[in-house]
Amino acid sequence: MSSLSSGPVCPVPRGQHDCVQLGHGSGGKMSAQLLREHFLPRFANVWLDRLGDGAVIPVEGGEIAFSTDTFVVSPLEFPGGNIGHLAIHGTLNDLAMMGATPRYLSVGFVLEEGLPFDLLDRVLDAMAQAAAAAGVSVVTGDTKVVDRGKADGMFVNTTGVGFLHDGFRPDPRGALPGDAVLVSGPLGRHGMAVMAVREGFAFESEIVSDTTDLSPLVASLREGLGSRVHALRDATRGGVASALNEIAAASGVGVELDEAAIPVPGAVQAACEMLGFDPLYVANEGVLVAFVPADAAPRALELLKGHAAGSGAAVVGGVVADHPGMVVLRTGLGGSRVVDMLPGDQLPRIC
Amino acid sequence: MKYLAEYRDPKLARALVERIRRTATRRWTLMEVCGGQTHTIVKQGINDVLSDQVEMIHGPGCPVCVTPLEQIDRALHLASRPDVIFTSFGDMLRVPGSACDLLQVKARGGDVRAVYSPLDALELARRSPDKEVVFFAVGFETTAPANAMAVWRARELGVRNFSVLVSHVTVPPAMVAILEAPDNRVQGFLAAGHVCTVMGWTEYEPLAERYRVPIVVTGFEPMDILEGIWMAVRQLEDGRHEVENQYVRSVRREGNAAAQDLMGRVFQVVDRGWRGIGVIPASGLGLRPEFAEYDAELRFALGSIRADEPAECRAGDVLRGRIKPFECAAFGTSCTPESPLGAPMVSSEGACAAYHNFARAGRAAAPGA
Repeated sequence: MSSLSSGPVCPVPRGQHDCVQLGHGSGGKMSAQLLREHFLPRFANVWLDRLGDGAVIPVEGGEIAFSTDTFVVSPLEFPGGNIGHLAIHGTLNDLAMMGATPRYLSVGFVLEEGLPFDLLDRVLDAMAQAAAAAGVSVVTGDTKVVDRGKADGMFVNTTGVGFLHDGFRPDPRGALPGDAVLVSGPLGRHGMAVMAVREGFAFESEIVSDTTDLSPLVASLREGLGSRVHALRDATRGGVASALNEIAAASGVGVELDEAAIPVPGAVQAACEMLGFDPLYVANEGVLVAFVPADAAPRALELLKGHAAGSGAAVVGGVVADHPGMVVLRTGLGGSRVVDMLPGDQLPRIC
Repeated sequence: MKYLAEYRDPKLARALVERIRRTATRRWTLMEVCGGQTHTIVKQGINDVLSDQVEMIHGPGCPVCVTPLEQIDRALHLASRPDVIFTSFGDMLRVPGSACDLLQVKARGGDVRAVYSPLDALELARRSPDKEVVFFAVGFETTAPANAMAVWRARELGVRNFSVLVSHVTVPPAMVAILEAPDNRVQGFLAAGHVCTVMGWTEYEPLAERYRVPIVVTGFEPMDILEGIWMAVRQLEDGRHEVENQYVRSVRREGNAAAQDLMGRVFQVVDRGWRGIGVIPASGLGLRPEFAEYDAELRFALGSIRADEPAECRAGDVLRGRIKPFECAAFGTSCTPESPLGAPMVSSEGACAAYHNFARAGRAAAPGA
């Protein structure tokens, strides 16, 4: 047997990327690196540099919230919704997390040659219904068509503006030691619903995407707790783990999670077991994390549970001054571990 | 979840922890062989709560970790060919080769696909007659039967555009390599439950006898691991060195005869390189000569692709239990999950990644650690 020398410090790190990889879109560390190295240096300004779900920008007579998001999903339709639901809900939710009430949307489409009209119509119906239900208007849009094979059916962009409310500015930098951490519902449903369809898995009970408009939940929090809501984030790609890491880093605080308190549906847990995934990192499209002072947590829970989308809400942990920027999970055994950002996408395990 | 929650019950687990604490009169050094066990240990903080009773050394049982650089480079070469669809288990895709990894090859235009079963790869070959479909057949005795089945079925069905790049390894020779090392510290083993589901445990009996070490066939849930540790500690305290079976709900002494039979028909024992360790004699499986037409190494003449392991990476010392991952100077600095030097940092089951992802709290003096 050969023996390795216990050499000096490893020299130049490998794994540098000379082109874009799928992992750059995972919402994990590679996504952050993509922004940091390629986008932010070129566009730096006070609004962008906050890296919120959108920007609060000055207009005459006040400020508005402004956010954009682009949607790609395969398959375009999945249990619980389609890309149209995601495209409307996603931007509504980004605006809501900034404390805004969404008002106007733009929609942009890249359509692939050959896309069936009945599929397109189902997506557009979903968008129209989701916008109407939220009381927002789609006021402008754009369509482009590309050659067959140049797009995955369709890509959708939505951009939205929302109106802000005095005294209510949840901010990713606003979490404070002593805050409680809440999630508005069970984790992992969207990601595993799409995965199950894409990979042809059949589970005992179908997993349904949680795609939904979270702005009514935020409106209730605003009306009930106002400025006591310190931070909000919708836990989309990268899951709750990534959302909490972002807030912990932005606020310079530590987050402690109680594993036993984290709501994960049985079917999601089973699917994750099979693939070796961690539900904390699986995408949601209808779950927010909220930071409120511990004494306001029971009220926040009550407010969230007043909505169907918040009926599974739970207090899952708290904020500490220790280990700033780090999310630590306490296991049922009494041990603890760090819940870090993932580098790229979760990879199915071999056994 | 039904039949799973029972093996994760915190109350029962804490009772077992207490039992181990009462049983151990000194600190023992155990090795869990399988990467899946490593994951549970670190994820649940078992090494934390039992740090006065046992030191857990993480063994070489992560198939992703031990696949040698040379085989990765051969995979990268194949995946880059325009006539090839290269298929693999998901976590092999980010294992660094000499120059890049399979995900990077994919980003540059290679047709690389993650599959969940080698039979999916075979089906892909049937649907893609104008392409060569290659499956990266890695893993221990656990994955070998299904991989053997894919080759067997390919021959039965007369599929000509399917082949496998084999890098199978087997557990007992690795355990011998560890036990024979002059600086070996391992006093007892938790054997890999799923490997034993296939192979049984008769081949471990001479090892326990010759090296006078307890070997406990152990499952993967927290209760399994804790019970396995308790059984090993009890043996050590009693001065016994036997093979015991903790994983009774899955493992029989003789294993799965049908799976073993199929493996024997398709594979033969070969010398195999282990990443960071080197070649261990008779430690792997390769295709039998009668299945040569399904051997990607022969079909694509890959023999000329050679690679040496990077000397700066201490993966070998980690895999052999000589150092903990964080004792490597590169750990967490120039070697991270985003930019891994060695395979144990790549897989979610790899010892270095497990430490990086889950155990940072302990060293950052986080509460509860």
